Parts: sequence; structure tokens; C-alpha cells
Amino acid sequence: MKSVLSVQGLNKRFGAVVAADALTLDIPAGQKVSLIGANGAGKTTFVNMVTGYLKPDTGSIALDGLDIGGRSPRKVAQLGISRSFQIPQLFVELTAAENLTVAVSGAGAKPLSFRSPAQAPEIHDKAVELLGRFGLADLAERPISELAGGVRKLVDIAMALVRRPKLLLLDEPTSGVSAEEKFATMDRVIHAVSPDAATIVFVEHDMDIVSRYADRVIAFYQGRILADGEPSHVLNDKEVRLYVTGGAK
Amino acid sequence: MNFFLTIIVDGLIQASWLFIVALGLTLVFGVLKILNIAHGSLYALGAYVAATAVTMAAARSLPPGVGFVAMLISVALIASAVGLLLERGLLKMFYGRDEVVLLLVTYAVFLVLEDATKLIWGVNPIYATQPYELFGNLEFAGLYYVGYDLVLIPISAAIGFAIWFGLNRTITGKIVLAVIHNEEMSVSMGVRVNRVYAFAFATGALLAAIAGALTAPKISIQPGLSSDVIILSFAIVVIGGLGSVEGAAVGALLVGLARAASVHLMPQAELFVIYLVMAGVLVFRPEGLFKREMARRI
Amino acid sequence: MNKGMHPLLMIALVAAVTLCGRVLPTWTLSLATIAAANALISLGIVVLARTGNVSFGQGLFYAGGGYCVALIANAWGLTDAVAQVIIGAICGGLLGLVIGPLIARYSGIFFGMLTLALSMVFYGALVKSTALGGSDGFNVGRPTLFGMSFADPREADFMLYAVAVVTTGIAGIAATILFRSEFGLASLAVRENNLRVEYLGLSANRIISINFVIAAIFAGASGAFALMAQRHIDPQFAYWTTSGEFVFVAVLAGNQSVAAVFVASMALELVRSFSNLYLPNTWQLVLGLFLLAVILFLPRGIGSLWVRSKRGTAKPGVATEREALP
Repeated sequence: MKSVLSVQGLNKRFGAVVAADALTLDIPAGQKVSLIGANGAGKTTFVNMVTGYLKPDTGSIALDGLDIGGRSPRKVAQLGISRSFQIPQLFVELTAAENLTVAVSGAGAKPLSFRSPAQAPEIHDKAVELLGRFGLADLAERPISELAGGVRKLVDIAMALVRRPKLLLLDEPTSGVSAEEKFATMDRVIHAVSPDAATIVFVEHDMDIVSRYADRVIAFYQGRILADGEPSHVLNDKEVRLYVTGGAK
Repeated sequence: MNFFLTIIVDGLIQASWLFIVALGLTLVFGVLKILNIAHGSLYALGAYVAATAVTMAAARSLPPGVGFVAMLISVALIASAVGLLLERGLLKMFYGRDEVVLLLVTYAVFLVLEDATKLIWGVNPIYATQPYELFGNLEFAGLYYVGYDLVLIPISAAIGFAIWFGLNRTITGKIVLAVIHNEEMSVSMGVRVNRVYAFAFATGALLAAIAGALTAPKISIQPGLSSDVIILSFAIVVIGGLGSVEGAAVGALLVGLARAASVHLMPQAELFVIYLVMAGVLVFRPEGLFKREMARRI
Repeated sequence: MNKGMHPLLMIALVAAVTLCGRVLPTWTLSLATIAAANALISLGIVVLARTGNVSFGQGLFYAGGGYCVALIANAWGLTDAVAQVIIGAICGGLLGLVIGPLIARYSGIFFGMLTLALSMVFYGALVKSTALGGSDGFNVGRPTLFGMSFADPREADFMLYAVAVVTTGIAGIAATILFRSEFGLASLAVRENNLRVEYLGLSANRIISINFVIAAIFAGASGAFALMAQRHIDPQFAYWTTSGEFVFVAVLAGNQSVAAVFVASMALELVRSFSNLYLPNTWQLVLGLFLLAVILFLPRGIGSLWVRSKRGTAKPGVATEREALP
């Protein structure tokens, strides 16, 4: 199968801390991959490097065979990698619909126009449709600052979908969501995301979610890949149980 | 050879008082995260109070040495009081607002202080020259210098050392440093940030005013002084990195030397040269020479 | 989107205000001309402020436009008011085009201080250039309009008033369209979270630069008006306290309403003339206290008095939190 993302020997240090240690992995099209690991294991650093926010010290990153190492988040986004954030990165004083409107108008082939979005039904419709998919149609006209944390996470993910990315990275999509609602939220996310993004990498701490939604699990520990493979295989790995899941499950 | 020596000595003299002003500005920024436009007004306040003190001392026929000491003491007292009043009475009301809003607040304070000094001391230049003769004249490598100018260099170094020592070797200083580096953490450790703010702002005001007092005997004190000084000290702290003590020292040296060099080589380009240095630094180090670039956690 | 006046209605309003000048007393006329010119440059600051960046150095473009117009007027005898405004706008815009992209990558305090610094460098250069009259500056002749010259001072004042009101009115309408546009929304997004804007595949620097150029065009045109009104120019145009007054108008106005900029500018001029009359030499003191009162009691500007915002107040915290990376 063709790799969407191909990463070779990625290294990154912050002073004495090794955040990425010779990371090498391939993600084929259509796979749903979960990244697990304790806080500080290097999951978010990996996401930050792949999206161009951090520059790796050494190593290469390729998207569909194209080297994207050293490109800015903007270029990477244009080339087809989108992400959501652990702390939602939204325009808090704008409404949910306006947030999506910025994303939709910015994703067009033409530069931003001086036309009012109110007069561009295709943009507005797309924004509302995306919110609707996440069950947020009722909240479209509310400013983000009035919305709860869980809702913000969904808006954040909706924004990442606008460009129909080749690869979608979700950084802890269910963090801040109560244990009872986790499955419902994740169901909704996977369902809403599928028309626009087939290849998904998500960072997750809840092992039940991981085993239910991931085709493949990559366990991080101190910047290295501890295990990589089928969920049942990785989650039962001795080292993973010792260093990552703490033997709790 | 003498020519270069002249530039270096003149540059050091310039740098010495500029450093004291910039130190205050950078300290206030480090702790309160406020770039205080009114800092220049506090400098001017120091100069005006110094002139009044010196003139009063001279009128009582006190020796210039006594006048000099009286000048420093009165400036220190008044500046600390004004600093405390400004921070507790006014700035406090705006904490938590955007950094640009705080910049505007200090701009408003600048405007108010500017006219307040005019109301108190008038618009005509005043002088405080008596202490300038205090240390006589010196011949140095074939050049003549006013002793007072040269004395500024060790005084400035001593003040710089005192601040460094205070920050790094005393408990109070360590608390201040903790607030500079991570305010949230300090609060959770039980640091009373309000007190640190008041203390830091008063110290900043004190430094500005002392620099004003020390330069008062060299200059004519008139409206517009505050504006000139704030423009220079901004350049210094931007070069050095906002909030960095070492940065203020290096920035002051660079600006002092650049200024002295341009005065001797190309007097038309004085201000231009300073901002050229600043622009040059910013192109390569957008956060200034002594500051780590902070990335946002996402 | 905030609903506002229809552009046609605004054109009618501009025409009405222009005609009002016919009946206004002379002192109000020149006051209103200055207020309109100041509103124009302050509107530019508001445009730029919507990206989250406040320029403390608009005096650079104000002086740039003014000097350019004055030099051309004296060299080639070009005195037409409309032509002068256009030249001022072009000069300001060109300067903005050079400077904008260079400083767009700085934000917050750095942006403010760099704009201030640049204007002070320009000021320094103007003071030292004897060819331009040094710190005294130089004079220019009376403006004309479409070949007509105005010997009667009242007619001359009205002509300038009319051109200023129409120009500023057009700028106001343009700004309204801009604020409601895709681009205007993206500009607000840059202010809110420039990182996310980049992650959406948009260039925050580009958005800031375009807004910067618009602000510079407005400032250059405003400088042309100031020149025509005073028939004199000097380096004071570029001084940072001059820029500070324009920032003041922008803060007083807030960024929710274009009309608020005009009201704020007029209010400032009224306060200035009254304080000159009754409290001589305390203009800056009055201005400073006024500014503090506005920031304290009307943090969103006077525009918030009549534009009801549905946008909540931004809570500092999560989205703007800055921390060192681990």
C-alpha cells in the first residue's frame, strides 16, 4: 500500500531532553493510527514536527513522496496535512460559524476577497454544513468564548477538515471530555471526519478508545517508538504495559 | 589612535547613564510585562528634582559635595514615592489587560507627567551645574575630561552590580527572578506578586530618576527631555532583549558607542545609527540579544 | 457580521455633512476639517488594529505623504487639492509597501515600538536635512481645486472642508466594506490567533501587510490634508507624540464602528480647543487623563455605546497562553 506519510530518522532535542529519538515510520493511506505514551513521551513533538511547527534536528519527512521537511505550517497545510490541537486554537471572539468561515474562505484557490461572506452562499453553506456534521448547528452564531471546552475541541477539529487533508492529525480529541461521553464524542468525530479525511493519526490516552478506533497503535517512550503494530499486539506488549499503560488495563 | 580612544571614552560615558535608565525599564518589563513609556518622564522628574535640590543647596551656600548627596537622597525618596503611587494607585487597575493596552496606559501617564513637570518647573531650561565641578578635570592620554563624566562610569557599574547582586544573591531578588521567569508558578508557591510588582516598579522608577539626577549637572533640563530619553532607552532594551539585565548593559554599551561614534564621525546620523543597530540586531535575533525565543505550547 | 448602514445611505450621509459646511461658522469649519483629516489616519490605525497590531509610528506616513506633496507642489506648482490628496495617499502607500512586509512578523509591543522607532528615525532625518528646512520645515501655497483658486478665506476653508469630508467619507465606506469582507474577518482571526491562521494555510504576515498598506495610504492622504490646512510642514509631523494622538483617537473609537472614529476625532478636537481656551499648557495633561478614563471605563471605545457586540469578552488564558516548549 502507498504511504501517505513517511518519516525517516527524526531527531529532536530540547536541551538535555530527547523529544524525538530516531523516529522512523510509514503511514499508509486509509489507516487510523493512534499514538500513545505518557506526557512528555514525544507524541505532540512528533505532531509538531510533521506539521512544520518544529524543525527536526535531523531526519526527513515526506508526504506522498514529497519532502516537506523544513516547510512552514502554512505550506504543510496547503500540501495536505491538517491538525487539531490539544488546546483548541480558535478565534475566541468570533462565532463558531465565523471561525469556520475564515477556514473555508482561506482554503479556496483564490486569495481572500473583499467580498462579504454574507454574499457568498457557498462559503457560508460549507461552514454551516461542517458544524452540522459535528452536531453544532445550534451553536453556530455563538462566540467561541461562550462555548464549553468539549465543544471547542469539536470546532477545532471541524476547522482542520476544511482542506480535505490527505493526512489528519488529531491531538487528544477526547481530552477534557467526561469518561461517560468519551465514546459518543469519538464516534461523532470519526463519523464527521470520514467524508473528508481517510488517513488519521490521533493522540490518545484512553486505551479503550484506542483499541476500539485504531487500526494501528504506536507507543512512544522518551522520544522513541517502543512498539508499533496491531492494537491488541501493542497494548499487550510487556514494555508498553510497564512504561505506557502502567499495567492498569 | 586618540580619535578612537575619544570615541570609546565618550561612548562609555554615554553608556553609563543610559545603562541605569535601561536597567530600570527592563526590570519593570521583566516583572510586570509592561513597557513603560512614562519611564522617560521619571528620568526627567529625577533631573528636575535634582536641579531644585542643587539650587537649594547652593542658595544655602552648602559645599557642592553636600549638594550632590542631598540631590541623590531627595531624588531617591521622591522617585520611589512617585513609583509606588503610580503602580499602586493607577497601573494596578489595568492588570490583566492586553500588553498594548498597558502600553497606552503608560503613554497616558507620560502625557500627564509631561505637563505636570511643566506646571511645576516651567517651560524654560533650568540648570544644576554646581556638582559638575566636583571632581575637577582630568588629563587622560592627552585628552581632557571632566572628572564628573568619568566618575559616572564606576557609579553606573556599581549600580549595575548592586542590581545583579540584589537579584541573584538575596532572597527578595530570587523572588523577583521567580516572578520574571514564571509568574503562575510563583503565585502557586505563595509569592505575593502584588508586593513584587510594587517593589519592582518603584525600583525601576528609582533607577530612571537616579540616572536623571546624575546627568542633571551635565545638561539643560527642559521639556522634551523625557521623550528623547525614552526613545533611546527603548532602543537599548529592544537590542538587549526585553527583561534582560545583561541585555540592558550590552545594549547601553552598543548605543553609547554608536552614539559617540556618530557624533564624532557623522553628527547628522546620530539617531539613525542607533536605530540601524537596533534593526540589525532584530533581523538576526527578533527577541533581542539576550532573550530566548519563546514558542507557544500547542 | 455586524449589520450596519447600507453604502448608499453612507454616501448620502457624506453628501449631507459636506453641504452642512455651508452653514457652519468658520471656526467650526477648520476644526471639522482637521477632525476629518485626523479621522482618516486614525481609521487606518483601526484597520490595522483589527489584526491586533497597533502602530505608534503612523506619523512616518503622515509626514511622508505631507513632505512628498509639499515638495511636488513647490517644485512643479501642483496645487490642486484632489491631486495633492492622491499624491499623499500614493506616497504613504509606497512607504507602507516597503515597511509593512518587513515588520509584519513582529507583534504586540515589538510591533508598536518598531513603528515608533522607524518614525523617529524619519523624524531625525527630517530635522537634519537642511534642504527640507530642517526643524523649521517650509511653507507651501494655497491649494486650488480643478483650476479654481479661492481668494476668499471662507470659500477656501469650505473647499478644503468639502474635500476632506468627501475623502474621509469614501475611506469610511471602503473601510466598512473591508470590515465586512472575507479579508476583514481573516484580519480579526489574525488578531485572535495568528498561529491557527497559518495552520489554515493562510499567511498572517500577508494579511497584516495588506492592512498595513491600507493604513499607510490613509495616513499619507491625511498628511496631505494637514499640509493644506496649515500651508506649512515640519518634522513635527513625524514625531511620536503626533502619532500618539492618532492612536488615542483610534482607542477612543474602538474597532467596532467606522462612525465612532469620526465622533472620536471630533471629540478630541473639541477637547483640544476648549483646553487651549480655558487650560492653557495643559493639553497633554487633559489628553492623558481622558485616555486613562476611556481605557478604564470604555475599554471597547465609544463605538461600543451604540454597536451592541455579540462577541463576548475574550478571556485571557488558554488560547493566548505563552509558555516555553518543554
